[in-house]
Amino acid sequence: MTAAELLSVAAFEEGRHAHAFPTFGSERTGAPVTSFCRIDESPIRSREPISAPDALIVQDPTLLHQVDLFAGLGDDGYVLINSSRSFDELGLGEFAGRFRPERLLTVPATEIAREHLGRPLPNTVLLGGFSSLTGAVSIESVAKAIRDKFGGPVADANVVAAENAHEYVQRERAEAAAHA
Amino acid sequence: MRRQEEGSRAVAEAVALCRPEVISAYPISPQTHIVEHLSDMVRTGEIDPCEYLMVESEFAAMSAAIGASAAGSRAYTATASQGLLYMVEALYNASGLGLPIVMTLANRAIGAPINIWNDHSDSMSQRDSGWIQLYAETNQEALDMHIQAFRIAEEVSLPVMVCMDGFILTHAYEEVDIPEQAEVDSLLPRFEPRQLLDPAEPVTIGAMVGPEAFFEVKYLAHAKQMQAMDLIPEVAAEFEQAFGRLSGGLLRTYRTDDAETIVVALGSVLGTIEEAVDELRDEGVRIGALSLKSFRPFPLDEVREALGDAERVVVLEKALAVGIGGIVSANVRTALSGIRLHGYTVIAGLGGRSITKESLRRLFEAAGRDELKPLNFLDLKEEIVERELARVHAGRGSGPHEENILQDIGVVAAEPH
Repeated sequence: MTAAELLSVAAFEEGRHAHAFPTFGSERTGAPVTSFCRIDESPIRSREPISAPDALIVQDPTLLHQVDLFAGLGDDGYVLINSSRSFDELGLGEFAGRFRPERLLTVPATEIAREHLGRPLPNTVLLGGFSSLTGAVSIESVAKAIRDKFGGPVADANVVAAENAHEYVQRERAEAAAHA
Repeated sequence: MRRQEEGSRAVAEAVALCRPEVISAYPISPQTHIVEHLSDMVRTGEIDPCEYLMVESEFAAMSAAIGASAAGSRAYTATASQGLLYMVEALYNASGLGLPIVMTLANRAIGAPINIWNDHSDSMSQRDSGWIQLYAETNQEALDMHIQAFRIAEEVSLPVMVCMDGFILTHAYEEVDIPEQAEVDSLLPRFEPRQLLDPAEPVTIGAMVGPEAFFEVKYLAHAKQMQAMDLIPEVAAEFEQAFGRLSGGLLRTYRTDDAETIVVALGSVLGTIEEAVDELRDEGVRIGALSLKSFRPFPLDEVREALGDAERVVVLEKALAVGIGGIVSANVRTALSGIRLHGYTVIAGLGGRSITKESLRRLFEAAGRDELKPLNFLDLKEEIVERELARVHAGRGSGPHEENILQDIGVVAAEPH
């Protein structure tokens, strides 16, 4: 939920309309949770969950083979998975063929978070990567949203981690483009 | 100031701007974030003077609010679902005594089976408790309605329940404009109680009243709600003048001019309904929507005026009166006495079942062809019901419905819905 919230704040910082909301399951840490974020140039009225997303962020790759995470995602969709492994290594090689390779990336967000935050909290890291992958919000706006939510050294560390992921995904995209 | 904010925090800040003097509450999902934030603001002195009472139950929360209000304090509480049911006896005392308490209700289903998600079963169960009931469509409106609610409550001396959809609004981050303290102060003067417990001038509040006067006292509660019917739009107009946006009021219509079909609903589902209405309008379908903002008092004349020229009315409600069907639709029917039109009741979204634009479109198209039944259940999985009925018919000892159905559909714990 924090990631969807921060994404909506980043979009708001850019003068756009945004709406972030969760679906909750059992209230326990570690339970699967889905969060949604809509970003638009005009006010958002719809309250229904997003069933056909333009982009998908998977925070926990262990869900990949339990739930159909990609239902409703179009062939032009963006996918960012929190993993240090490639799509082939995740067993998604065949599935990946449907999408445009430069829009289908993994980022080791948990590792980056451990390095910069000292804890496996991949939210802000993934948003940094998402900013690069989709261009939906700028990394500057992501940084602003992070500073809005957190303070002091925690904010600084999260901003650095997000920027790190942003650069990581920039490199990945350049490689994907070179292979295309 | 415009901000991207969580609904619960936005409402808590609106309540803080209303300068409550006593807040008594017991946490329950999905209301928790509201009272957590308020207790923080009392602790840090952001709301001052104010006493925050962390009570031991919802019954105590309402009882403390009653005491505080009778002693002349601006009193506030918030709850949801089972919490509301637990305070029912005190709810009737607050309204019967005419104490202007404001309460946020973060709408949530009522168990059994236990369910934390949104519908309107909780507030609808207390529709006749004597409280004014307002329903917010957006977080901006929820915030604005709280400011209006204190003003309305204190002017007619009745308690007001501001209903906002649990999770859908309380946990959503969206843009809100949070007013300045001076702006709120100019709309909401200091609380001047109509009745006051004062040791210097002792009075009795809540005397026993026999058959000689009970009827009259009870009737006065109704008369005061009728006064509120005039006051609610006045306060909304004053609010619009001060803040430049329309929030609250008795009802709001959307594209109902020349509409053959009008959809009536309460709360946050209106946004998705409007999306469906716009799509159908683009295709030439004459359809509109009506948002009921005030359910108590129920604006009979205004509803009649808004719906009277339609060919059909679809009432979409998030509560089920078991054994009859609709609650809102029965009230809408009363407003339409003597007018011949098709009236359809649609029960939707119980226990957090998503209400999608696609389902609404199909529903409204079927309504346009008058193919709906008098009572409909949107996206009810009938095959699951049929299978459980078959198990029940197979013999005694078929076991608990909820467990059987969860096993049937292969869910071991709640998952995205």
